[in-house]
Amino acid sequence: MTQIIDRRINGKHKSAVNRQRFLRRFRQQIKKAVSDAIDSRSITEVDHGEKINIPSKDTHEPVFGHGPGGRRDAIHPGNKEFVSGDRIARPPNSGGGGGSEASNQGEGEDEFAFQLSREEFLAFFFEGLELPDLVKTQLTKVTNFKSVRAGYSTTGVPSNIDIVRSLTGALARRIALRAPYSAELKEVQEELSALQNKDEHTTRVKELEEEIRRLEDKITTIPFVDTFDLRYRNRIQKPAPTTQAVMFCLMDVSGSMDEIRKEMAKRFFILLYLFLTKTYENIQVVFIRHHTTAKEVNEEDFFYSRETGGTVVSSALELMLKIIKERFPTSDWNIYAAQASDGDNWDGDSPNCRNLLNDNIMPLLQYFAYVEIMPHNHQSLWRHYEGVKIQNRNFDMQSIDTINEIYPVFRKLFARKPA
Amino acid sequence: MNTMKHNIISDTSDWSSELIQRYDAEISRIADDYGLDTYPNQIEIINSEQMMDAYSSVGMPLGYHHWSFGKQFLETEQRYRRGQMGLAYEIVINSNPCISYLMEENSMPMQALVIAHACYGHNSFFKNNYLFQTWTNADAIIDYLLFAKKYVSNCEQQHGIEEVEAVLDSCHALMNYGVDRYKHPPGLSAQEESGRQKEREEYLQTQLNHLWSTIPVKENADDVPEEARFPSEPEENLLYFIEKNAPLMESWKRELVRIVRKIAQYFYPQRQTQVMNEGWATFWHYTILNTLYDEGFVTDGFMIEFLQSHTNVITQPAFDSPYYSGINPYTLGFNMFKDLRRICENPTDEDKDWFPDIAGSNWRETLDFAMRNFKDESFIRQFLSPQLIRELRLFSVLDDDEQDALEISAIHDESGYRHIRAVLAKQYDLSMREPNIQIYNVNLRGDRSLSLRHVLQGRRPLNKDTSEVVRHLSRLWGFPVRIETINEDGTENIDAPD
Repeated sequence: MTQIIDRRINGKHKSAVNRQRFLRRFRQQIKKAVSDAIDSRSITEVDHGEKINIPSKDTHEPVFGHGPGGRRDAIHPGNKEFVSGDRIARPPNSGGGGGSEASNQGEGEDEFAFQLSREEFLAFFFEGLELPDLVKTQLTKVTNFKSVRAGYSTTGVPSNIDIVRSLTGALARRIALRAPYSAELKEVQEELSALQNKDEHTTRVKELEEEIRRLEDKITTIPFVDTFDLRYRNRIQKPAPTTQAVMFCLMDVSGSMDEIRKEMAKRFFILLYLFLTKTYENIQVVFIRHHTTAKEVNEEDFFYSRETGGTVVSSALELMLKIIKERFPTSDWNIYAAQASDGDNWDGDSPNCRNLLNDNIMPLLQYFAYVEIMPHNHQSLWRHYEGVKIQNRNFDMQSIDTINEIYPVFRKLFARKPA
Repeated sequence: MNTMKHNIISDTSDWSSELIQRYDAEISRIADDYGLDTYPNQIEIINSEQMMDAYSSVGMPLGYHHWSFGKQFLETEQRYRRGQMGLAYEIVINSNPCISYLMEENSMPMQALVIAHACYGHNSFFKNNYLFQTWTNADAIIDYLLFAKKYVSNCEQQHGIEEVEAVLDSCHALMNYGVDRYKHPPGLSAQEESGRQKEREEYLQTQLNHLWSTIPVKENADDVPEEARFPSEPEENLLYFIEKNAPLMESWKRELVRIVRKIAQYFYPQRQTQVMNEGWATFWHYTILNTLYDEGFVTDGFMIEFLQSHTNVITQPAFDSPYYSGINPYTLGFNMFKDLRRICENPTDEDKDWFPDIAGSNWRETLDFAMRNFKDESFIRQFLSPQLIRELRLFSVLDDDEQDALEISAIHDESGYRHIRAVLAKQYDLSMREPNIQIYNVNLRGDRSLSLRHVLQGRRPLNKDTSEVVRHLSRLWGFPVRIETINEDGTENIDAPD
């Protein structure tokens, strides 16, 4: 007797453990691939999975087998013109003519490719950053939804029945269904009263009275409420926060900012971006780079074009202030700023920066994070920024030499928004 | 035909549990009429992700955890998503009851095809072929896999995932050399296994110490330089030898070796009967569904869809086609069984000459005999007919690296039939496909190193994985492992790889 079992409902992701084992084993290679991917990705695109390639020699599982060479006979189908004794030139890449050998694994491809999910990708990204677990889960979490009223539906649970709406519907239905009978009833009643006035044809009167009763019955049997009338309050899922934010990325691109520093800065900006995506639905990113003058640029130019020259930080701050005033009114936008620099600034400019921040910029901002990446030694900018920090609770600064020092900058930001 | 119309089971491509049941009932009845002897069936409906799961665990319904299965899964998933491969319509497990997985994506005709193919074709092969009867125990395999899974995960908790993974890696590398080819293994049962496993652990440890402690009693090495070889006969089952004799191996590792070995043994018959097994199942789905049609149970549309998939399955691209990747076992097997039936029913003079015993015999009995008593190699050697060689236009190519050109050694003509048959049979002989490597000696007096002997076949050298596999072996053995290559005539081969 055959037994039929439907397994579709249970046992999803049975291979999840084996998948984790695989990721674990090739952790080093994957980490490198993730790191490369971050470097080549735009900040706003960091929140996705990634296709990972691992050299297939690393994933290859060795077994004993025959190598090419030696003497072997092999059978093939589909002979067309050969006769025995024919000699044919050896095809260029075949060591041993047989097709049955060497079909073990995915050989022939140099890379073992697979897709890393978004969660896995971020897990690898966070690894170097030493984030606390709570923060990690918050960042990996997908947007929260809240349910919103959205009209009425004909199906639902009893607790969602909208009584007024349902009864209005019922009333309309009753009137509509009654209409033909009412009209007929009216006619019959008129004929009856006419007959009664003339006082004749008693059988016809009886008939009409019978008819009236039948019609009245019909009308009363129309149900007061039908399941057809029921209306339920409908709710749909909408992403919870619909607020918007703008994030300013400020970076010094003078000659002393080399590739390594820029890479670290990029991770710093990515992290801020990720934090913001969790809180705000719509985020715009503005890139401002500066040396002696500042310029708004796209992300590509921001990270990858090189310039030389002196450094005037206040130029960037002024440009930011200008952009805020023109395009991002504080009534509509939450404004965040992150600045990365190696600490160089023209000495006379630093007091300017402090005043600009204290008086004009900080009141407009939610948060300003400043990181000094691998500074040679702290210069005047650092000291003046320390003054800003004392005056403004939403200002934070950090000097970082290695990647795991980035996170503390954000600690304060998070302390204010425990979720 | 009209009178049969009422028989038709369904005429849409949608399937449902009830329909599957009704098709199965008819297929089962027809299979019974043809005399197929099967285990009870268990049909499981699964989705594509579950099918990929089943793929990656090489058809074990429950397996221990290992990264290589994860790799397999990722590989399958990737290729499936890109559309480079379709998934098989079914996977069938050699167990009692016989478990067949059906994909939910299949249409009703496909489900019927798969039921006939797996639940009656493969199933009867599993139950009756001598290799499966000798080497596997369908009643116990599920329990044993469960035991193995639990045991491995216990080991992981006790000794750490890395340690366990390392041992399993090494065992997997030697998996094909973990089978007994001639000895009959005792049946396995999960209760006995876990019961005996503790006992074995303790006992083994004492045995091993004993082995090594006997060595230095008498120091007369010069007297018997030759006798001292251990094992006294070369051992072909490398994992078995490791499990029983590795000097310093902890007992839980021995148990892991044993698990891999047992699973390898379970799959050993499948690796030797691919052509027969698929051919048999394909022959029967073809025969059964045609009978179903003749009896009026299925529509013309059903048959068209069925024949289309059937044709896809048995397509054999010619050697010069870009799609050619060796001989399709489905084609070869299906055609051989079909040809066998033809030889029984309508023998030509040539058939009578070549197959005097079976020409004109009862086809069902002959096919049943062939299914029960052969493996791919002997089946081809016995039953590949000249007519089929002509139909498939088989030819044989000799590739000798001492010659500067390939030579066509035989084609489908009178003088070539026997040669082609012999070469094709050899192609499916596992002992010819895999290098002949055996454990030859252990240096008991010196560094405890293990010597492997590789006997050349057709001067074919070992592949480039060899040194890595040897490293895996030496990780299990705990001491150095050497491999030496011997010519077919027994003389030492000088340019052996290392």
